[in-house]
Amino acid sequence: MTTTSAQDTPAGELPLQQLDRVVIRFAGDSGDGMQVTGNQFTRTSALFGNDLATLPDFPAEIRAPIGTRPGVSGFQLQFSATHIHTPGDEPDVLVAMNPAALMVNIGSLKKGGVLVVNTDAFRSTDLRKAKCDTNPLTDGSLDGFRVIEVDINTRVKEALADSPLSSRDKLRCKNFYTLGLMYWVYSRPLEPTLEWLEEKFKSKPDLVEANQIALRAGYNAGDIRELFQGNYEVPKAKLPQGTYRNIIGNQALAIGLVAGARLAGVKLVYCSYPITPASSVLEFLASYKNHGVVTVQSEDEIAAICGAIGASFSGALGMTGTSGPGMALKGEAMGLAIATELPLVIVNVQRAGPSTGMPTKVEQSDLLSSIFGRNGDAPMPVVAISRPSDAFALAIDACRIAVQFMTPVILLSDNFIANGAEPWSLPDLDALEPFPVEFTTEASEGFQSYGRDAKLARPWVKPGTPGMEFRIGGLEKDPDSNISYDSDNHQMMTDIRHQKVRNVADTIPTPEIDGPASGKLLIVGWGSTIGILTQAVINLRKDGHDVSRMHLTHVWPLPHGLDEIFSKFDAVLVPEMNVGQMTRLLRSEVPDHEYIPYNKVTGHPFRVSEIEAEYVRALNELGEA
Amino acid sequence: MTDIAQPARTKKDFVSDQEVRWCPGCGDYAILSAMQKFMADTGADPAKTVFVSGIGCSSRFPYYMNTYGFHTIHGRAPAIATGVKVANPELDVWIVTGDGDSLSIGGNHLAHILRRNLDVNILLFNNEIYGLTKGQYSPTSPVGTRKKSTPMGSVDRPFEPVQFALGAQATFVARTIDQDQKHMTKVLHAAAAHKGTSFIEILQNCVIFNKDFYSANVDKKVRPDRTVDLSPGEPLVYGADRDKGLRFSGFEVERCTADEADVWQSSTRSPAPAVLMSGMREDAEMPVPIGIFRDVEATVYETAVNAQVEDAIATKGAGELKDLVHDGEIWTVD
Repeated sequence: MTTTSAQDTPAGELPLQQLDRVVIRFAGDSGDGMQVTGNQFTRTSALFGNDLATLPDFPAEIRAPIGTRPGVSGFQLQFSATHIHTPGDEPDVLVAMNPAALMVNIGSLKKGGVLVVNTDAFRSTDLRKAKCDTNPLTDGSLDGFRVIEVDINTRVKEALADSPLSSRDKLRCKNFYTLGLMYWVYSRPLEPTLEWLEEKFKSKPDLVEANQIALRAGYNAGDIRELFQGNYEVPKAKLPQGTYRNIIGNQALAIGLVAGARLAGVKLVYCSYPITPASSVLEFLASYKNHGVVTVQSEDEIAAICGAIGASFSGALGMTGTSGPGMALKGEAMGLAIATELPLVIVNVQRAGPSTGMPTKVEQSDLLSSIFGRNGDAPMPVVAISRPSDAFALAIDACRIAVQFMTPVILLSDNFIANGAEPWSLPDLDALEPFPVEFTTEASEGFQSYGRDAKLARPWVKPGTPGMEFRIGGLEKDPDSNISYDSDNHQMMTDIRHQKVRNVADTIPTPEIDGPASGKLLIVGWGSTIGILTQAVINLRKDGHDVSRMHLTHVWPLPHGLDEIFSKFDAVLVPEMNVGQMTRLLRSEVPDHEYIPYNKVTGHPFRVSEIEAEYVRALNELGEA
Repeated sequence: MTDIAQPARTKKDFVSDQEVRWCPGCGDYAILSAMQKFMADTGADPAKTVFVSGIGCSSRFPYYMNTYGFHTIHGRAPAIATGVKVANPELDVWIVTGDGDSLSIGGNHLAHILRRNLDVNILLFNNEIYGLTKGQYSPTSPVGTRKKSTPMGSVDRPFEPVQFALGAQATFVARTIDQDQKHMTKVLHAAAAHKGTSFIEILQNCVIFNKDFYSANVDKKVRPDRTVDLSPGEPLVYGADRDKGLRFSGFEVERCTADEADVWQSSTRSPAPAVLMSGMREDAEMPVPIGIFRDVEATVYETAVNAQVEDAIATKGAGELKDLVHDGEIWTVD
């Protein structure tokens, strides 16, 4: 173990080294403000001009017992001078605010990586709470890492000696001291955070001052105390030309829903019951009221989707959002929306299941239940977001499909996208193509409530329209909207409902291939694995592999052209965070190709290195065959 | 104004082209007929009227009204209606439900629509039995109800729908009888005039599975002596000779002469008088109260929800998409 302690004497000027990219993970107690720390580092890096990707990792418990391992909250980000696609596999730097945070995260720290520890949190009581029999700082278990010991609590108290805050409140500033320290190490500007603090605690000047002092003290400590062997610079990234902002998935999704309703020219009514990790979609939309957005916090998951269906019946675009368990509860109502052929957008921010599962961990295991998981033959289009920066466009497309085809649509996201942040190249809003709804207001000759246009969509008549009164419901009906138990009619209506959803494929693009259009092995991904797969492909190419990759955004119906694309490859490698759901889907929908599933359900995203290794393994296996 | 030019509507205008498929003799027919007449008499606009129902015999009701209608899923009519109303508060929304639909599978939604005070009218057809599934006991069946699923008699205590509604802070609570069109129409008028959720329990006969369960109280011959009409501002007098009365004594209701009867108030600050009245069905010596238990004002949910949108627009200005997309810190890469 190489240890640099705070007692080391200051030395002269240290060299500024340039780095291409850095992965840093802040870890502490869930009350230590690690998410704020991570978000501030992210924001500052974005404003500085780095490319970045983040992975917040926090427990479902709001405040698990202090100092225990279940209470550890983490925030990992990768910031870079080049274009990156993931939050990074292994951190280069781990900041551990207490023994529990150290024990939970040390396993993922890169060999030889830098570990910053708060030595003031390693008293015997702290070690006991973290279930450490011996002190990891002295028992040799940290050999092979570069350990930077900082007595953060002591330093913060010193820096805030003149502050009127209570000593308890002073200690709460320690995350900003830590942030300041890391800002120095990576040559970040302090101004964005200083300004953010002023805005955040506008009404509490003492808090603003104390946190600003702590931030500066941390920064200065890095400068004058030679804790690190010099500091680093990660130059601005050369991102493609454009105007950027930093965005998290759920916010981009919420803005996309607003845009979708606007492009359709109808009122947005979003009904939802709070559930991790979908709640912030409701919260974002609730703050967009001046955009004409109506939000209802419903009494339960079923009420939420029913409220949205009622709103669509009234002529608004009803939307609801939830996560896995909520999807299960909404099943019957989804069937009603399918039977009544009303437009509806159902957001499912997937999390690890089954049942309550792991609410704050990522998984892609709702794919097949989204496509097939309802009673009866109940087809519904399913669109899958792959990253925060495409949530906007795909939310709009879900709205388009819903109103153009008079159908409910599931919009899949997941916990990695929902809370992950990345720079978003802002779209040209004038170039967005409107898809205005035309309500039917008069019964032309031969009018039927369940008559069909060329796409097989039925007309949308809203209550309030004179002379068009009709009744709909979940019972099977004939084209005139009368209840029908006629066997031929049921066959016809079932066929139409299926064909209508199949017709959506005519309106979605065939995905482009990244790499050669033929070869041995094609990687096919969907959802939030896009960044990891993209990075893996870049790395594999550096190693001389001629890799091809494709990513699906519309997972039901599948886009046209897959059969032809797949036929140019010996096999298709399908990595996904479930036990092989997309593989099953492709085997049944695009048969006669060899599929190699690669699955992982640890609650964490794939590592880039895992994908690379699996690609090489699969390639070798193909070569031997 | 086109409204003026339109001829007055008749009951027939509210009859849809659908064949009514309730069992012959079902109490639902009388309710449907009273409703169609009420709509015509009050000049309702079929284009702006929506009937929303759940699942059960009663929930077929929307098909028979020549208005907009939505036959939804079991227990969820209040949740659907909430979306209908927040999206378009102009619509006149009626929910038709049964004792199983609203108090068993849909109990949660009923409680919440009442507490929110959405401006809709709820008609709960209470026949104390599951009809559509062929005769199992319901959450309003008395203890000891012997049916196929309870061959030794049900053991669970029933809900008193009026008490459920009062407990959920309903702002309008009433009870009426399928056979008494005059009384039902009076209650419908009061419900329609009320701003907020109007909850009406309608005692309704199921001639197949629970025939005449209520006859001992509501048959024409016994009704005057076995029921008391809660009419706001009127004394609590009942009986064929209008000689019997009710009055409050502490936390009890007691019988008295007509002269001694208390005057009924449905808008007291406390719901206590209504709760006391609603408890009388357990007592065979007491008449069954019908009429208006409670009628008070409170904020209407969809009005408040949409007012927040208007307020936000008034204070922040009508939002443009660009405001959302270009929010926060922006930087440019050339």
